[in-house]
Amino acid sequence: MRTLLKLTWVEIKLFVREPITMVFTFALPIIFLFVMGGVFGNTPDPSVYRGVGAIDYYVPAYFGLVICAIGVVALPVHLTGYRERGVLRRLRASSISIWALLGSQLLVSFIIAVLGSILVTVLAIAVYGVDLAQSPGLLALAFVIATLSFSAVGFLLGAVLPSTRAAQGIGLILFFVMLILGGAGPPPEVLTGAMQIIGDITPLRWVILVLQDPWLGFGWAGQASLIVVGILLAATALSARFFRWE
Amino acid sequence: MTSAPLPIQELFLYNYLQMPPIITVQNLRKTYGPTVAVDDISFEVAEGEIFGLLGPNGAGKTTTVECLQALRQPDSGEIRVLGLDPRRQARELRKLIGSQLQESALPDRIRVWEALDLFASVTPRALDWRMLLEQWGLAAKRRSSFSSLSGGQRQRLFIALALVNNPKVVFLDEMTTGLDPAARRVAWDLIRAIRDNGTTVVLVTHFMDEAEKLCDRVAVVDKGKIIAADAPQGLIVQHAGEVRVIFTTDVADIAWLEAVPRVDRVERKGLMVEVRGSGPVIAYVAAALVGHGIIPGDLRVEQPTLEDVFLKLTGHSAGD
Repeated sequence: MRTLLKLTWVEIKLFVREPITMVFTFALPIIFLFVMGGVFGNTPDPSVYRGVGAIDYYVPAYFGLVICAIGVVALPVHLTGYRERGVLRRLRASSISIWALLGSQLLVSFIIAVLGSILVTVLAIAVYGVDLAQSPGLLALAFVIATLSFSAVGFLLGAVLPSTRAAQGIGLILFFVMLILGGAGPPPEVLTGAMQIIGDITPLRWVILVLQDPWLGFGWAGQASLIVVGILLAATALSARFFRWE
Repeated sequence: MTSAPLPIQELFLYNYLQMPPIITVQNLRKTYGPTVAVDDISFEVAEGEIFGLLGPNGAGKTTTVECLQALRQPDSGEIRVLGLDPRRQARELRKLIGSQLQESALPDRIRVWEALDLFASVTPRALDWRMLLEQWGLAAKRRSSFSSLSGGQRQRLFIALALVNNPKVVFLDEMTTGLDPAARRVAWDLIRAIRDNGTTVVLVTHFMDEAEKLCDRVAVVDKGKIIAADAPQGLIVQHAGEVRVIFTTDVADIAWLEAVPRVDRVERKGLMVEVRGSGPVIAYVAAALVGHGIIPGDLRVEQPTLEDVFLKLTGHSAGD
């Protein structure tokens, strides 16, 4: 337990010292918030953005984007780098268990996701005067399963990708595909054909729905939450199967 | 009946085998695909000794100690470290041992003190890492990131990390690689001090001088097998007993040196004379020279070293 907490604290400091992941988790969602907010404003249009204002739509979507950046960029790059450079060997030889390692990564993911989302919320309130979550309890639950699910995806990518370079390349492709087609870019209503299909198979699409519904007062996204939990279970099982220390 | 004095190598064995073995390895074998890394290795390490595995790169030393540290699964053979089987009791074992590994690293941006503080947190028995920072010359680097350390500083940090959990046995794999000569000597002194405090040390090295100066016993490993194991002096006496006495003289006729006790061979290269012999040959040669009115100002003796033992046993030098 002491090791888990120490490792978590060290990992938070390492996360903050790494400029690339800081950009993807903190800066990019905020840049998008201002670009989209500046372009589309917050006047509801029944044909797009699920019938709500663009900024009300994007605030919870960017919670999802922060979580997505942690899962597909930060975690895989971090874990493959640890394996490639022998950090995992080093930790293992010093009896730092796999559970302490994964537990600390999970805690760090939560803390960073919460901080990134608070930052998005504070700026959205300060600049655009958006309303806070309609159902805070359900939002918290949505936040937990979304973060667990994308962390599991991150562990899986970290387990199967052979190198840091591969993790950077594949992580960035996944990130941008999800950003553009998964509901955090153009409104999903305007996507057609292949773009819509690809958008529907990205985990971010469902994570955003799970986060948006309690934020916007739409209740609980039952179907989407089942998909998110399904991704969590599948990714956890596969990462347990494929994880290697070296 | 008068008891004959034990030969040196048996004396050393006798001393160490008084202690119960803390590590036993029997018929260890490990292959990577078609490559046989460890063919058939058996040895014992007594509590409180500095035991060296000496050999060229690729001899199987690292694989052997990785099996002992539960970092690799051997194909066959029996291992006990502190009474534990690394195959089945890896977690208990790792808490009791310290490891300095080849080919490992820390995160680039972790600071020196953070790494020590983290690794100390795994056991309540841990040492005060501030003291280790001082001992290993890292106090000024306390707040530096791992990536900013020089090779020697990284190496010293890894040794400090191997010791921070106050291990009963510490495994040091090529500990002094990357250290400058002064730092190597400091490292040797510190390792002796650790042993004096009761920690057993298993040292993997390809440096002959390190094995000779630091180890109580050395196992010479070549091609996945131990080809000799003894105290360094025992190995030298047994396998490379030849002593060379060297001096220069302009006296032409020195053939009479061949008849001096303990002399095996005399060779002349210009003014330089090289006498090969055994044991106390230097004393006989010096007396004979003085007796013949030759007083060389540069008379010196070259004792054989582990390097010579190694060459003789393997037919190649450790760097090959």
